[in-house]
Amino acid sequence: MLHGYGPSLLQGAALTLSVAGASLLLALALGLVGATARLSRSALASRLALAYTTLVRGVPDLVLMLLIFYGGQMALNELGDRLGFSYIDVDPYLAGVLTMGFIFGAYVAEVLRGAILAVPAGQAEAAQAFGFTRVQVLWRIVGPQMLRHALPGLSNNWLVMLKSTAIVSVIGLSDLSNRAAQAAGATGKPFVFYAAVGLAYLAFTSLSELGFAWLRRRLMVGQTVGQVR
Amino acid sequence: MQRRLLPALAATLIALGALSVPAATWAQAPDWKTIRIGVEGAYPPFSEVGPDGKLKGFDIDMAMALCAQMKAQCTLVQQEWDGMIPALQSRKFDAIIASMAATDERRKVVGFSDKYYNTPARLVAKAGAALAATPEGLKGKRIGVQRSTIHDRFVTDTFKASEIVRYGKADEVYLDLAAGRIDVAMGDSVAIDGGLLKKPQGKGFAFFGPSYNDEKYFGSGSSIAVRKADTALADRFSVAIKAIRADGNYKKIQDRYFDFDVYGDAK
Amino acid sequence: MNLQAIVAALPTYLAGAALTLQLLVAALLLGGAAALPLALARGAASRWVHGPVWAFTYVIRGTPLLVQLFLLYYGLAQFEAVRSSALWPWLRSPAFCALAAFAINTCAYTTEILHGTLRAVPAGEVEAARALGMSPLTTLRRIVLPSALRRALPAYGNEVVLMLHGTALASVVTLHELTGAAREFNSVHYLPFEAFITAAVFYGLITAALVALFHAAERRWLMPMQGR
Repeated sequence: MLHGYGPSLLQGAALTLSVAGASLLLALALGLVGATARLSRSALASRLALAYTTLVRGVPDLVLMLLIFYGGQMALNELGDRLGFSYIDVDPYLAGVLTMGFIFGAYVAEVLRGAILAVPAGQAEAAQAFGFTRVQVLWRIVGPQMLRHALPGLSNNWLVMLKSTAIVSVIGLSDLSNRAAQAAGATGKPFVFYAAVGLAYLAFTSLSELGFAWLRRRLMVGQTVGQVR
Repeated sequence: MQRRLLPALAATLIALGALSVPAATWAQAPDWKTIRIGVEGAYPPFSEVGPDGKLKGFDIDMAMALCAQMKAQCTLVQQEWDGMIPALQSRKFDAIIASMAATDERRKVVGFSDKYYNTPARLVAKAGAALAATPEGLKGKRIGVQRSTIHDRFVTDTFKASEIVRYGKADEVYLDLAAGRIDVAMGDSVAIDGGLLKKPQGKGFAFFGPSYNDEKYFGSGSSIAVRKADTALADRFSVAIKAIRADGNYKKIQDRYFDFDVYGDAK
Repeated sequence: MNLQAIVAALPTYLAGAALTLQLLVAALLLGGAAALPLALARGAASRWVHGPVWAFTYVIRGTPLLVQLFLLYYGLAQFEAVRSSALWPWLRSPAFCALAAFAINTCAYTTEILHGTLRAVPAGEVEAARALGMSPLTTLRRIVLPSALRRALPAYGNEVVLMLHGTALASVVTLHELTGAAREFNSVHYLPFEAFITAAVFYGLITAALVALFHAAERRWLMPMQGR
């Protein structure tokens, strides 16, 4: 039915999930930094973070990807030239993950910022009265509580990112959509392959939704809040 | 449980961050013992990805044979055609073996080895469409080409009264030609033959018009592109090409794909 | 930064921006118009009514826009039956296919947004309206819709910006909108930085304008309602 392109599509699917997963981790790290920067007392940090989120949300993923993919390598080369070593090579997979992570870090930063703000201020104040440092407040008091509020937004971001990995195919990464395009061109039967890819993504998003529902139940243990959605 | 969640999460993130650093490798001094080669993987029969997900084709076999001849370790890097030259310049790879014609326009930005094949370009349309390959004959017609190729430049400059439609991949041109979205396509005669005419969806289509190989647009044949500074690498490739033509290796590879000579007249 | 090349290419970019806006507005109008009745159907009691709508939004929101676009553009053209049908003159055109894909996509997301806000209208208001003798249609027109539409403004504003970003995909099916202009520039001059930063600036300006528009709309219609 898939004209023998099954294995190729499976490899593509594995790569898609791998890129999405790795990008999520990077996005979480950047998002945390971005959110704390936005909320920090330093005006510089706050403005930088705002510039970051504004840039990413103002420009299409595709354009940012093309920019970072080519421009990023060039910048790295410049840096390498200036600092004296020949060059640092960034392989296509890493470039894809860095790009996606950078883009979605901005969205995650907004979600985390909202989530941190949603935790009652009294908690942080009480902690500080007890002598916790700002880092400890974030780590041990606000952080864990923030996760509950962040979950809907984070799950949304994950789903969007999962679907956005399809765009990475346009810059050449052999993910699921790219493999489908290759198969479609070779066999002249695009419908079969794009329908198959659509079903695969539907499966990914459905499974993700189930996973988040489970996570929501676990994190909401003991809470009596209304429907978060 | 939650008290340990956040530190564990952070530790994982940091660890992953640390792990990603070794992925960035240091450059090698240009003794060219290891070469990264950019290939397209979307230009049958020269370069395509098979059902098993592996790269194959004439360009691929050429690359491997030349590397073996030069006693170098080669890695193939797949790259979209649009970004081939920018990727070469940003050092994602060191050479391009992707049926790239050596034209004067391209020589302004990259260097080239000697050619490794040279086949003419042709126009293709529905058989029996009785189209004349002139600007007046194709007035108002939609001509499809792959963006940023010699065919793109040629039709843009020549068929000014026609609508030029540009695609990212050659396969997309053939799909739309078969679907009737474009009236004419231009490309390499061998690529069109292998990528469209010999396939079931290519039934009812045929070449028309002359064979084009005017050097101004079509260059001096498909060659291996390198960064302008790497003339030594281009020369090594040229030497290797001569060598595999002399010892019959070239013919062996050629026979796998074509039953005619693709090298073209020795220049 | 090669400013000369950029300035020379500005007309192409402007033409591209014009096409981007045309696609965006047309997709939003078509998708939005269809979304309202669909959102009402989505909230219907009968499973036969809300089921298909749920399935529609589930599938569209669960798959990438790029795949939807390819399916519509390349996928449908594969079939001889489609090519000889009455729809072919439409489906043949890349602009139509892109517009259709965008409209369908935004329709699904907007349907879900409206469905959410329709449900969030305080039950007390609806009850009061019925108690006063208003027919279901009048209740809808005078009580439910004004409230629901206003509440939808923040989320819909977000959706409009995302759809703007989505139009960049039209470049993948041969259209010369803004991203297409940038890729054209890059392929001719081999200057990726210049090509895409120019496009990014254009998109940034359009986004800023849209965000300002929605902020103004929220100030005028949403905030009075929320008593801020």
